[in-house]
Amino acid sequence: MRFSQAWIVATKDFATFTKKRNIIYTVLIVPLVVSVALPGVVWYVQHRVNGADVGAAELTILLPAFVFFYLIIAGFIPTTIASYSLVGEKIEKSMEPLLATPTTDGEILFGKGLAAFVPPMGAILASSVLFMALMDTFTRGALGYYYFPNWDAAALLYLAVPLAVVMSVEWNVFVSSRVSDVRIAQQLGAIMILPLAGLYVGGEIGLVPLGDLNTTLYIAAALAIVDLLLLSVVRETFQRDQILTKWK
Amino acid sequence: MDMIETAGLTKKFGDLTAVDGVSFKVAEGEVFGFLGPNGAGKTTTVRMLCCLLSKTSGEAHIGGYDVAKDHDSLEIRQMIGVVPDNVGLYEPLSAYKNLDIYGRLYGMTEAGRRQNIERYLGMLGLWEKRDVAAGAFSKGMKQKLAIARALIHDPKVLFMDEPTANLDPESSKTVRDFILDLKQEKRTIFLNTHNLDEAQRVCDRIAILNTKLMATGTPDELENMVGGKKVVVELAQASDAVVAALKKKFAGVAIVSDGAKLSVASADPDGQVPDIVDAVVRAGGRVRFAGVEGSSLEATYLQLVRKEG
Repeated sequence: MRFSQAWIVATKDFATFTKKRNIIYTVLIVPLVVSVALPGVVWYVQHRVNGADVGAAELTILLPAFVFFYLIIAGFIPTTIASYSLVGEKIEKSMEPLLATPTTDGEILFGKGLAAFVPPMGAILASSVLFMALMDTFTRGALGYYYFPNWDAAALLYLAVPLAVVMSVEWNVFVSSRVSDVRIAQQLGAIMILPLAGLYVGGEIGLVPLGDLNTTLYIAAALAIVDLLLLSVVRETFQRDQILTKWK
Repeated sequence: MDMIETAGLTKKFGDLTAVDGVSFKVAEGEVFGFLGPNGAGKTTTVRMLCCLLSKTSGEAHIGGYDVAKDHDSLEIRQMIGVVPDNVGLYEPLSAYKNLDIYGRLYGMTEAGRRQNIERYLGMLGLWEKRDVAAGAFSKGMKQKLAIARALIHDPKVLFMDEPTANLDPESSKTVRDFILDLKQEKRTIFLNTHNLDEAQRVCDRIAILNTKLMATGTPDELENMVGGKKVVVELAQASDAVVAALKKKFAGVAIVSDGAKLSVASADPDGQVPDIVDAVVRAGGRVRFAGVEGSSLEATYLQLVRKEG
């Protein structure tokens, strides 16, 4: 496996993405909305006229739930990129000349994975910094301390989120091998946010203790197992014989 | 030295045999045409030779490397260029960027890439359009860009799959002329086509494929495979007397009269032209044209393909 070859494949995709507005909007705007809108809600509630301030007890429930949004969007954003990266190549029939270069299937797959991994991760991590800074600014008074950073948020953003992005990328590679329409690929690819959204709902109704470091580590471990299982499926799917003869 | 060598190369998709025991050799610097109808296995053969598809059985070597071995396949893909039947360009990216990406994948330096991009885009008349997105190109321009992409790393062997299919006559001619230019550079070119005229114009040798390899030879050899050569005489005016005289002088030889045009089968047509013209003149005929004609490549192709079908 030569990283340099994979990186060329990835940079090619980056160059293509910059020409696609829907990809730019999805990658940049969704994390930005989360990072600004959620602190904005907290600020609004605390400053509304005649309204009761959000107390410290409520904030310690709300803030970890809000951070969990990053795990959900980690399962969503790569869908747009990965589906375009693969189904787009199928539609433009550009996979055959790429496969004819001295690049292995694994290097192309890794490059495609990087292309779908790096932009969402960059956007999520950058926006999470903004999110935490705004939240700390707005909640310092009520809490009496800065809530962020903390170990749970770190585990979620630096462990669970990357694993969720990888899961989404792998799932989308598999889906992209089965369909030949970018929108259908995106719709099927987005299925991966369902279990993550389910965890969030579980947290809201008290079944899953969000904000607990152990919970986050368990979620990360589960994601790692799913990633490994999907990797074996994807490696089986992403073989030149299959790509040229069996991919729809 | 043989650059391409196959022996019993076979590809099956389930119960369907797409390529059946194909054996041939292509010498270095040769332009080798692969003729066959749709579904004959031409693209499948090229894909196996380019290490894009695995073979079911048989052998195939490019430049001495085995297409079936993983390490060899990387060496092969470094030494070949491929123009697939679908150009497969990155349409949002400029022509320059399309070529630059492939140059990087082939491990070229930045200076080498810049030099070859300018060279090939210049040769194909696209240099002025280098910053235009490939998606805005006409079909002919896209085909030329795909050819430039296949050549960006100066491959020893170039595989071209139907390079002039769906092109207008002018673009087809440009591509054909470019292939002839490449031939001067002694590159080995493997040309998949079902355009007989194109194959005849640019190929040193031609193979006719219809799942199995039906025949291989130079265009002349293939032309003579069916029917052989004949002497053709065109008279100023049709004349039964001339036909009768010829039949008398060349008894037992097939003589066909089609109005003022006479065809005389001959084992030595070049040597017999003067005798036949002399006989025509002695019988009172006035000759407008006399020459040797062979059977056509088309006749050979159709006979071989239909025989198999």
